[in-house]
This record gives sequence, C-alpha cells and structure tokens, in this order.
Amino acid sequence: MSSENSTLVKLNNAGFKQNNKWLVEGVSLTVEKGKIVTLIGPNGSGKSTTAKIALGIYKNIEGSVEKYTNKVGYVPQKISIDWTLPLRVYDFMLLTENIKKEAIDEALTLTGVIHLKNKNLGNLSGGEFQRVLIARAISKKPELLVLDEPVQGVDYTGEIALYELIKRISDSLHCGILLISHDLHTVMTATDHVVCLNGHVCCSGSPMDVAKNNEYKSLFGEQASQILSVYEHKHDHVHSDKGEIKKN
Amino acid sequence: MFDDFFIRALIAGLGIALVTGPLGCFVVWRRLSYFGDTLAHSALLGVTLAYSFELNIALSVFIISSLIALILIQLQKKTNLPGDALLGLLAHSSLAVGLVVIGFLTFIRFDIMGLLFGDILAVTTDDLLIIWTGGAVILLVLKLIWKPLFASTVNYELAEAEGLNPDRAKAIFTILMAAVIAISIKMVGLLLITGMLIIPAAMARNISDSPQKMVLFSIIGGLLSVLLGLFSSLEFNTSSGPSIIMASLILFILSLLNIKQSIKLKN
Repeated sequence: MSSENSTLVKLNNAGFKQNNKWLVEGVSLTVEKGKIVTLIGPNGSGKSTTAKIALGIYKNIEGSVEKYTNKVGYVPQKISIDWTLPLRVYDFMLLTENIKKEAIDEALTLTGVIHLKNKNLGNLSGGEFQRVLIARAISKKPELLVLDEPVQGVDYTGEIALYELIKRISDSLHCGILLISHDLHTVMTATDHVVCLNGHVCCSGSPMDVAKNNEYKSLFGEQASQILSVYEHKHDHVHSDKGEIKKN
Repeated sequence: MFDDFFIRALIAGLGIALVTGPLGCFVVWRRLSYFGDTLAHSALLGVTLAYSFELNIALSVFIISSLIALILIQLQKKTNLPGDALLGLLAHSSLAVGLVVIGFLTFIRFDIMGLLFGDILAVTTDDLLIIWTGGAVILLVLKLIWKPLFASTVNYELAEAEGLNPDRAKAIFTILMAAVIAISIKMVGLLLITGMLIIPAAMARNISDSPQKMVLFSIIGGLLSVLLGLFSSLEFNTSSGPSIIMASLILFILSLLNIKQSIKLKN
C-alpha cells in the first residue's frame, strides 16, 4: 500500500536556477520506503541537480520538497578528497555518524573493500573509492539512499554485483532509493519507477511505460527501448496501475 | 628559580598552545591561513579601541575580529571580487586604520613592537584567567561542532545531505577563530598568531595518518614550541612571539626529516 507515511521524500514541481539558467525545472516525484526510483537522462539534463534538491543541498529552489526522514545515505557523483587531510577509510566511514565497528566492517565486507580499512583515502583507485562511498552510505542503515552514479569506475563484474547489492539492501533495510544511472539495463530490470529527465521531466512511470514512450526513444534511440524486450521475459512481477509491484 | 613574569608567560603560552593545536588543524584543512591573517591584522584596531575606551584587550579584539569576519561574509555575498582580494582589502585597511588611530592616541605610550610580536612581560594574572577560561570554552565549543565541521571540511554536500548543518558549524568556527586571536594576541603578537595556528599543524600533518593523530601532534608541537620559545626568549632576550614561532619552525623541519627517513625505510 502506498500510504502517506511510507513517503520518504516528495518533490512538488521543484526546480533550481543558477546564474539565471534553469538547471532543472518542474520535477515532481516521490520516493517511498522499499521502492527504487531511478533518474535517467542525457548529460546536463539535471539528474544530479534533482538529487541535490531532494537532499536539501540547494536552498533557493522553486516548488517544494517534503522530506520525511533524517536518516539519509548519500553517494555523490563527484567527490574530491583533499591531500591536506590525513584520512583513512575507517575515519571516512565515521564521517557523519558514529557507527559501530561491526557495522563498518560488515558494510566494507559487503562492498568488497574490507582489506582497505586502514589505507589512506588518497591512495585508493577510483573504483575502490566508489566501493567505500557505497559502504559508507549503507553502513548508516539509512531510510533514504541517494546514489548518484554509484558504480562509476567500478569494473564490469563488480558493477553487476554492486547493483545486486543495492537491490538486496533496498529489500532488507526496506529503505527508499533514489538512483541515478546511465546503465539502462539495470534501470530497466531493478527499478520500480523511472523518471526520464531532460531539463524537465520528459516522461515517467514504470520501466515498461517509459521504454515505450516516444520522448524516451528520441532521447536514447530505438535500441535503448529494445533493451527492455530482452528483459521482459525475466520479469517476475507486474506493476499495477498505481505503480505497486505484485509478484507473479 | 624563575621570575613571576616568566611563570605567568609559561602558563599563558601552554594554554594558548592547547587551543591553537586543534584550531590550527582546521585552518590548514580548510585553507584559512590568509583568513586568520586578516582577523589578526584587524586585531590592532581592537587593541587601540581597548586603550581608547579602557576596555579589556581580549574582549575588544574579539569584538573587532568577529565584526571583520561578518563584514567579510557580507562582502562575499554582495560583490563579485575573489575571496583573497577581499581578505587583502580587509586585512590591510583594518591594519592601516589601526595604525592611524594609534597616531592620534598621543596621550598613551604604545609598545608597537610588543603588539606586533608579543611581549611576555605584558602577561598579567588577569590574562591567565582569560586565556584558560576562554581557551576551555573554545575547546568545548569546538568539540560540540566537531562532527559537522569536520564532515563539511571533507565534503560540504555530504554533510549537508546527511543533515549535519555545516553552515552553522562554519559560522561558529569563525567566531572561535576570532576568540583564539583575542586570547593569544598579547603573548604571540598580531603578526605571528597565524604562524602559531599553522606551523604546528603543518608539522603534525607530516607525521600523521589520521585526523585525530594530527590534532594530537599539533597540540604537542605547539606546547613544545612554547616551552622552547619562551626559554630561548628569556635566554637571548628576544621577543616571545618570534622565539615561539622559530621553535615551531625547527620542529617543522625535523618533521620533514622524519618523512625522508620513512621513505628510505620503505625502499
């Protein structure tokens, strides 16, 4: 049931303007507990901006954001750690919350980087760092996870495993996830709701609805919509008209 | 064994080092050394006001430095000038205003050298009280805002997204900077306070692999600098501020040797 109290964050016609230019406008979406909402769209279409609006990072926005939780885990798209800071992976895990040692170890083990625990953050490779970022976000056991291109720079097999992990976490923690991804395969198979952005909301709905949408096809090309047909047979659930999932 | 003034200077200096250690780490991490300079330069104006209106020097310096910090934040919002230009503007104009005001205060005898470079003879028992209670308050507040301040130093957006209110922490930290300058101006002098903040922290960076260690070594470095500096100041009859800073410089150079050795060991 999608009742009011399962809503974690809700954007109403939200938009953000910087230097008199709209980065994104007119976005309405809702992330509920246990659901994965994915933002897709070309570069510069306002995906990260939308995530930052939802997180409350941008203050002077148009429209409104209603946030119903403070337990948030965030994996930003870009993060640069300064060399002036001596920071080990372990210190970084404790950055925004005092998490128990066991929970830190568990999260680092899940993302496969427990061996890097005492390494300096500046010495990690891009993919390793990305795994640490995901571990940090999930170790907080958040109610809302915002993942902005969480697997960038991760090797191909790791990518699949991490997406599976994210899906598993969403199920076990029953948290809501706002995901930004370029990987249309993942988007189409593991997501409950897709929002296709291009400065505004082009189309949104279940992955199937979006794949059939003409605007989506013109943005991503015919091939992109055919990705879905490959996966259609794998679907083990159907979406009701309200967007709820029913297992077959 | 020692004269009373020297004991007072030691107690004052050690109190200051306890506070500048952790604060200095944030100055290094957040790249605020020029900001510290600006606040310190504006302190001269605070000192002249203290003499003119017979106020407590630390209080008067604290008020003026906080005011300059506020003006800076407003200028940053309202102009398109880069941060370093604004800092330079405020630093030198407040220093100039302070010096001009001193020129008018002909009825008071000023020890300009003492103001600029610190004077251990100037430390009174009242100053000790101000340094140690003020220092305790600064450290307590820093401990309270540590989490949001540190998190936003690493990454502002992470801190903001995960509900830590980094803007408030930053504003409070600015006030702490003004406060630490206020309590250390007599001892270290306004030209050298930023050195007291930065050099022990920089030394600590060379030998630390975690933020906690860096804070600890920064405090230890500061304490050692004060001890070495004050004894040599007494021995060679030099100003206290430069002596302390020189001692911290020597520690910094030693920490560089440590790096070279550890690299050699690894190979």
